[in-house]
Amino acid sequence: MDLAFFLIQLLNGLQYGLLLFLVASGLTLIFGIMGIINLAHGSFYMIGAYLAWSLSSMTGSLTAAILIAIPLTVVLGMGLERLLIQHLYKRDHLYQVLLTYGLILVFEELRSVIWGDDVHGVAVPALLSHSIPLTENLSYPVYRLAISGVCLLLAAGLYFLIQKTRLGMMIRAGASNREMVQSLGIDIKLIYTLVFALGIALAAFAGMINAPLSSVFPNMGGGVLIICFVVVVIGGIGSVKGALIASLVIGLAETFGQVLVPELAGMVVYFLMAVVLVWRPEGLFGGRS
Amino acid sequence: MTEALNASRPPASAADTLLEAAGLHTFYGISHILHGVDFAVRTGETIGLMGRNGMGKTTLIKSMLGLVRPRQGIVSVRGVDMTHAETHAIARSGIAYVPEGRGIFPNLSVRENLVMAARANVKGVSEWTFDRVIHTFPRLGERLNNGGAQLSGGEQQMLTIGRALMTNPDLLILDEATEGLAPLIAREIWGIIKAIRASGIATIIVDKNYAAVMALSDRSVVLVKGRVVFSGESRELSDNPDLMHRFLGV
Repeated sequence: MDLAFFLIQLLNGLQYGLLLFLVASGLTLIFGIMGIINLAHGSFYMIGAYLAWSLSSMTGSLTAAILIAIPLTVVLGMGLERLLIQHLYKRDHLYQVLLTYGLILVFEELRSVIWGDDVHGVAVPALLSHSIPLTENLSYPVYRLAISGVCLLLAAGLYFLIQKTRLGMMIRAGASNREMVQSLGIDIKLIYTLVFALGIALAAFAGMINAPLSSVFPNMGGGVLIICFVVVVIGGIGSVKGALIASLVIGLAETFGQVLVPELAGMVVYFLMAVVLVWRPEGLFGGRS
Repeated sequence: MTEALNASRPPASAADTLLEAAGLHTFYGISHILHGVDFAVRTGETIGLMGRNGMGKTTLIKSMLGLVRPRQGIVSVRGVDMTHAETHAIARSGIAYVPEGRGIFPNLSVRENLVMAARANVKGVSEWTFDRVIHTFPRLGERLNNGGAQLSGGEQQMLTIGRALMTNPDLLILDEATEGLAPLIAREIWGIIKAIRASGIATIIVDKNYAAVMALSDRSVVLVKGRVVFSGESRELSDNPDLMHRFLGV
């Protein structure tokens, strides 16, 4: 493996990891703060991708499609939380698993009815469609770099929101003592609605920006969901910082695994998870952020 | 018996009644905890809420705060019916709660515990600012960046009281604020409660140190098995060893 090839794999691994972080951060926040196991989280990644394809077909621009789709996913997240999820807070995890698994089936069926079962491609925005030459034969797509940049900005924004703002303090406080937060005059129900909508929008946004790279196809949320649960377990439930580190580790491990040991690539991340679970059952940044 | 003991006391007038509960019946499952409890706090008043363990003191507080829903009865704040209001709305009407067991947020720093609660009072005035709270509790000022879980019991209690003050309340409810604290620290907490009372904030104090509660409160209310058996001037109770023995076992 020469340096340029290594660099490309490194960038691919980081880009994949950062994209995973967008999905996993919402999953870990919803799980760690609201106590909800959201099996339907991957479905929102799929919905984001289909919205990007559908709206960019209509408008002719992925950027315009994303700008229209983000508010839609926020509204979808808020509506679902108010309509369904908020009834699960005081219930056993089994109810959450049943309801959110049911949502996967509903979303897949709706996807089939609305958008069909075909695979679709989404065009990369013209401005970002070129590549940067690394060597005579190797180059790296600008769009992938742009995705990484946007993900890094969102990760920084999320860190700032959770760690540095009063809303973030309230969100973290809600994770440790919901009753006490209410007793201080804070509307915890509203905060939960916002957190859920934020998590959904992040997952959907990941689906939107990744659509030109991964294409858009049925059941695309399933694989993402599983790998994101691995991220949450490795990073520590509720820890955004843990989700970021674990996403990057998994992104790099899976990318280099496919290059170096392709026959074992499918096992690498689960092996990593097993090691972390034995070493630190609460995850790398266990407890809640 | 309550009526007899209160025969000479005028009822709290609606005009200056801050928080009022009328005929509260609260259940935990099939257990009937509160049996038609009447309770009122007037502006600036300090009430000692007493009773042995399991008599319904915390349940009464939680019922008034909407943390437990009474099956029957009315809770009002400044004459406005809040029986079905959300807890945060009741708190926003000027009521702060320092719960039994403290309820600090261990995953937040001392500074964050205080800042996240900050809010002006119902008139939009912030008499209790971060600086004033730190001035009142200098120990907290030394540990601003420590996690809530790293504090001693006394410091945690100061943090909970300080955090409650950051909401600029008209009424502060202290449930077992000195429980489990070393005598020296407990004395410090009592001094702080006294200062809060002197600043004009109405307080409801629940504590096993009945002598301290009665010395500090204008009125005392005693619960026995979910019923108010005494409601009157604290002196009336402290001067009557028979009542003290009968209701409080001391």
